[in-house]
Amino acid sequence: MSDVMQLREALIQRVLEGDGQAQRELRRSAFDNAGPVGPVGALVEKVALHASQITDDDFAAASASGLTEDQLFEVVACAAIGQASRQQDLALAALAAATAEG
Amino acid sequence: MRLAILDHGHSLGARLLFAFIRRVSGQPAPEILKLVRYRPDFLGAPMKKVVHEAMRGSSPWSVADRELMAAVVAQTAGSDFCTKAHSAVASRAYSDDARVRATLEDLETAPIEEPLRATLRMLAKLTREHVVDQEDMRSVLAAGASRQQVEDALAVGFAFNMIARLADAFGFFVGGPEVFATGAKFLLARGYR
Repeated sequence: MSDVMQLREALIQRVLEGDGQAQRELRRSAFDNAGPVGPVGALVEKVALHASQITDDDFAAASASGLTEDQLFEVVACAAIGQASRQQDLALAALAAATAEG
Repeated sequence: MRLAILDHGHSLGARLLFAFIRRVSGQPAPEILKLVRYRPDFLGAPMKKVVHEAMRGSSPWSVADRELMAAVVAQTAGSDFCTKAHSAVASRAYSDDARVRATLEDLETAPIEEPLRATLRMLAKLTREHVVDQEDMRSVLAAGASRQQVEDALAVGFAFNMIARLADAFGFFVGGPEVFATGAKFLLARGYR
């Protein structure tokens, strides 16, 4: 594994498995964009797929569901890292397939 | 910022750093610095390492090329903050603002090398559609990019698909050109550590 991929995995391990204020299950579901329901899930999906369309109301709704600012900070970070890493993994797999077929 | 903790929740050391920056530069601390200095053990410290390696580590791509990739990814993602920040760095690194502006205006007619153009096209598709396939990769390789170059470009793509989302989600304030010019000078001199 290259240096940059090792550092990426260290980042992922830290935000998912290290200490945090959001429960690990919530951080994992945000990373995967699969699991949170209600306003938190809506915010996670926007971070993953339409981040430029996020509004103050999205944060207000997620906050009203009971998450603290620190928990929202962690959830958003996990969602952003998760989507970016999925895209990179998919592209690397496409590259491997393209080069394997010569 | 949409979270007050990212404006006012920092450690004393971070707040002193922000005050120092304001005094020396006459400008507020950059939003990205406020992000990476908030609870850095959780996000900022490990994130800076991977971004620095992608942008300043050994690569067949120049620093300027990678900054241009960051700008194209950010523009495609719709992140005004990151587009302005990294087009400023790329312009300074190339010493050629017209090259960067032309690329962001129309990738297909910009005066850039074909391997770079094909790579930027692939990164833009990955950012816009969240998917690329074997045909996309064959096109990049056929244009003359090496496998290593594609892998390195995808590391840049990872970094700025992540950062653009964070910037947009947390609501980074987009300052004037002087803010990004100062940031570009710093990022070229110091990198992302």
